[in-house]
Amino acid sequence: MTLLEFARGPALQWAAVIFVIGMLWRTLGLLLMLRSRPLSKDRKKGLAGAGVKTMFSRFLLPKVFAKRVGFQYLLGWIWHVGFVLTVFFFQVHVMFFKGLVGFGWPALPNSVVLPVAAVSLGILVILLVRRMTNPMLRYISNFNDYSSVIVTILPFATGFATFTHIGVLPYETLLALHFLSVALLLVWFPFSKLFHVITVLPSRYILGVKFWRRGVEA
Amino acid sequence: MTKTDLTLGDRLQARGVSRRAFLKYCATTASLLALPPTMVPHIANALESQRRPSVIWLSFQECTGCSESILRSNTPSIESMIFETISLDYHHTIMAASGHQAEEARKIAMEENWGNYLVIVDGSVPTGNMGYSTTAGESNIDTLKHVAEGAAAIVCMGTCSAFGGIPYANPNPTDAVAVSDVIKDKPIVNVPGCPPIPAVMTSVLAHYLAFGELPELDHLNRPKVFYGQNIHDRCYRRPFYERGQFAESFDDEGAKKGWCLYKLGCKGPTTYNACAVLKWNEGTSFPIEAGHGCLGCSEPNFWDAGSFYNPLSTATHLDAGTVALAGAVGVGVGAAAGAAARSQQKKIKAAPAKAFTPTKAEEESQ
Repeated sequence: MTLLEFARGPALQWAAVIFVIGMLWRTLGLLLMLRSRPLSKDRKKGLAGAGVKTMFSRFLLPKVFAKRVGFQYLLGWIWHVGFVLTVFFFQVHVMFFKGLVGFGWPALPNSVVLPVAAVSLGILVILLVRRMTNPMLRYISNFNDYSSVIVTILPFATGFATFTHIGVLPYETLLALHFLSVALLLVWFPFSKLFHVITVLPSRYILGVKFWRRGVEA
Repeated sequence: MTKTDLTLGDRLQARGVSRRAFLKYCATTASLLALPPTMVPHIANALESQRRPSVIWLSFQECTGCSESILRSNTPSIESMIFETISLDYHHTIMAASGHQAEEARKIAMEENWGNYLVIVDGSVPTGNMGYSTTAGESNIDTLKHVAEGAAAIVCMGTCSAFGGIPYANPNPTDAVAVSDVIKDKPIVNVPGCPPIPAVMTSVLAHYLAFGELPELDHLNRPKVFYGQNIHDRCYRRPFYERGQFAESFDDEGAKKGWCLYKLGCKGPTTYNACAVLKWNEGTSFPIEAGHGCLGCSEPNFWDAGSFYNPLSTATHLDAGTVALAGAVGVGVGAAAGAAARSQQKKIKAAPAKAFTPTKAEEESQ
């Protein structure tokens, strides 16, 4: 079995199995846990609305912090949109999903996706370097922070090298490395901070509800 | 087809091949082998003074496609000239002799040229029941071992002898193997393809005749000069790949416009061969030009490397059923984890509150 056969075959298969099991395991495990009941009566109505509002208000940059976190905020937005566009709307990726679920969807032209992917990759590298060099960020970062960023960078880097045939490695090796890096991302995803994809909105909802109870509008 | 003392130069003269035509042929061979023009006189001298080397062609588990391919160039061409100027002493399909006389011809050729003859093999070698493939009552593996013993080198023509090919494909009922799995002590050059390009086959022989050694080989023992680049890199449809213009089916607008066949399963990016450069039928066309994606036939295990019609960017072992099964397992594991967490939470809540007892370290810090 060649490296590419292994990567396209068992590696991706087992990674996907671990990903699906891990995601459901952690999601259901968290959902089924008992919630603590509030000890006081609600002062006013509209708790759910407040929770939903907080879920989405945090997508916008708060004016008071604009100067302090604006750069990180902007890069975060661009990176996340770039990630979604690259993963789900690049032609060869649509082919992958079509092979998996049996149907595809319209893809974006390569001339759009490739620059988007390049910018996303660049932003990830900038954010990683910033985390490593900024004393405050370095202080609050742990292994999970660094590894999650690196594990996310790898599919971008190998994907670029594969499509453009950059590097000294032959195409089939680059393609195999791309598949393997995706497999690593899938395995790492449910058990790391990347799991925020699932928890970010429920967390904001709970936060919004708690704030509302305390009379804080946020 | 027996040994002769005439040199190749003598034979060409006798056949009325002009000096100009011969040098033109040498220049073409040098070009095919990516050798500098300064090597043309060397090739001419070597070939002119070369006595016809004895060649024994062994056919095992094969379809005769490789022989058909090399014989396709039997018009007065470079390929046929080379083919006629070696002493092909044994070849099932085209030798005049048959039965015990054919086997006798092989024995004589081996005895007279012991240590110097070239063995060409097409077809894989069955290692299971010898009855799967025999010649004159001898199993293929015995014939190979016996003939290879006195060979100067072995050329594996076609994917079956080079890598096992189609007989080797799952479930491999004959326990077929490649020649290199059986013979370990002789120089082996693999010329894979299903079948290989005629010009590639004859050029490898020409190189051996001219230089007395095999050409530079890659990690799979293939001549680098022909198998050094993948088909995708030399494909005339490559610009469409770069632009993301793909044929979606074999008869859509994209296919009619000659767009890239990647989506239809073309294996060109992972297949190393000279098809896109040398082409077939005297440079007329090659599979991709004919509108079908590359099958990857010059690579090991090409038959078992997933569907011919699935793009390389798809997974081979992953499907919706596997994901659904994993989902069911995940729901079960998640529900169990949730139930365990709830039970633990309830237990903690029900337990009487304990008075705070500081540890020794906490006491000291206070």
